[in-house]
Amino acid sequence: MNDLRDLYQELILDHSKKPRNFGPLKGASHQAEGYNPLCGDRYTVYLNLDGERIKDIGFAGSGCAISKASASMMTAAVKGKTTAQVDEIFTHFHKMILGKPGDPVDEPKLGKLAVFSGVCEFPIRVKCASLPWHTLRSGIAGDGKPVSTE
Amino acid sequence: MLKTKPDGKTAFDVARYRKDFPILAQKVYGKPLVYLDNAATTQKPRQVIDALREYYETENANIHRGIFYLSERATEDYEQVRTKVQQFIHARASREIIFVRGTTEGINLVAQSYGRTSIKRGDEIIISAMEHHSNIVPWQMLCEEAGARLRIAPINDEGELLIDEYEKLFNRKTKLAAMTHVSNSLGTINPVRQIIRVAHRFHVPVLIDGAQAAPHLPIDVQDLDCDFYVFSGHKMYGPTGVGVVYGKAELLEKMPPYQGGGDMISSVTFEKTTYNVLPFKFEAGTPNIADVIAFGRAMDYLGAIGYGPLAVYEHDLLACAAEALSRIKGLKIIGTAKEKASVVSFVLRDVHPHDIGTMLDRDGIAIRAGHHCTMPLMDRFGIPATARASFAFYNTKEEIEALRRSVEQVVRVFK
Repeated sequence: MNDLRDLYQELILDHSKKPRNFGPLKGASHQAEGYNPLCGDRYTVYLNLDGERIKDIGFAGSGCAISKASASMMTAAVKGKTTAQVDEIFTHFHKMILGKPGDPVDEPKLGKLAVFSGVCEFPIRVKCASLPWHTLRSGIAGDGKPVSTE
Repeated sequence: MLKTKPDGKTAFDVARYRKDFPILAQKVYGKPLVYLDNAATTQKPRQVIDALREYYETENANIHRGIFYLSERATEDYEQVRTKVQQFIHARASREIIFVRGTTEGINLVAQSYGRTSIKRGDEIIISAMEHHSNIVPWQMLCEEAGARLRIAPINDEGELLIDEYEKLFNRKTKLAAMTHVSNSLGTINPVRQIIRVAHRFHVPVLIDGAQAAPHLPIDVQDLDCDFYVFSGHKMYGPTGVGVVYGKAELLEKMPPYQGGGDMISSVTFEKTTYNVLPFKFEAGTPNIADVIAFGRAMDYLGAIGYGPLAVYEHDLLACAAEALSRIKGLKIIGTAKEKASVVSFVLRDVHPHDIGTMLDRDGIAIRAGHHCTMPLMDRFGIPATARASFAFYNTKEEIEALRRSVEQVVRVFK
């Protein structure tokens, strides 16, 4: 049960049950859709960009606990940040979930997102955690193409 | 193996059978493996594994052409399995048995060979709402190419085919019906005899997808009077890479080859090729000799148990699992047909099936979570996915109890 506790941490369960910034954002300047055809997880990320800064963010959709918590915590982490900062956080987040158990985690850079460090022990769940981030980055890029994990 | 109990009734000796399956003895994450993904693929008994090794160690040669000892032996063993399949499914003749890679390839063979010559613009093909993607997509591809139309027979909320609605779909444009015998997602056993009888009244041939039926039910293609019956060896304790297409000889005779190459010809010149006779016309290239021979042992193994005792035991497991799981608060079983094979699909309120699958896995329990290659069926039930436990005769009630305990734990974590 220990490694399961690493994956399904209290904070992750809390965000999956009570997602923050949940629901479409009215008057969003950017939005993108993300889909994982293997499990059916599907999210839309809505953004209000003020120049390079994320003024507001929301998301809607459904999926597993990991993807939903990841989306929820991502929105909390990037609100008010610049797109360059988003890229930097994502780089660290991605490295962490693709790492090996026991690898050092850059907690100052990741903050609460470090709670997803347990995902790396579950390779088939990495895409669940990364789907909202890929969707966000597609929204920022503004190419409007739906993101698919496959 | 049947043991006589003191009360005179016979018991199914599952412990004895489990010893034949080396993989079942292992631990996963420190817990005994509980393998409940049998609808995806079954485990292999030692007899099947030994057959593969024996073949490569003592008999390996190409078949049908070699004029030496090993080739003759390999050819004889390979062809004996064809006869074994014929007897297993009660076909009239062994030339009605074609070896392919699996059910998917089998359906594609019929769609490409029979379909492309018989389905014309404006024609209609009937399938059901509970088909696996492999009994949807080949027909969609065919319809697109031919300008034909795919029509879908609906099901009720229990997951049973609405036979009256199915019948209403038939008209003069209907040229083929393709139906699953047993649903991989729901476990529903379809009334295939009736399905076939209805279609034949309209002079429409029927293909039955038997991938999920062959491990659980005796098959008699003459009694069913189906025109094509397709199934996979690996879901009935045989190796992967072997499947069977049964077709009525009069249909197969008229059908063009599926693939061209060696073995499927009588003579080749650059001007003209004459095709080989049945069944070789449909088996181009070197076939999967070793796995076909090992598949023969799998049929022997199933035959020795007997579908009668097997069905009684598996039905008992199904009833036990359905009862144990339905006691869990917030759990809903998807697929509650009266006639069911040993498959239990379920959803848990607010918990995604993939989270269930991950948590059970760490208890050593292998189930399937997802859409089970039946996305239109998931849409029919308004869900993205289910968790699915599917049972084989080597599963036990203790394993069902482990499943129940593990699902209860999921409920507690996600409360």
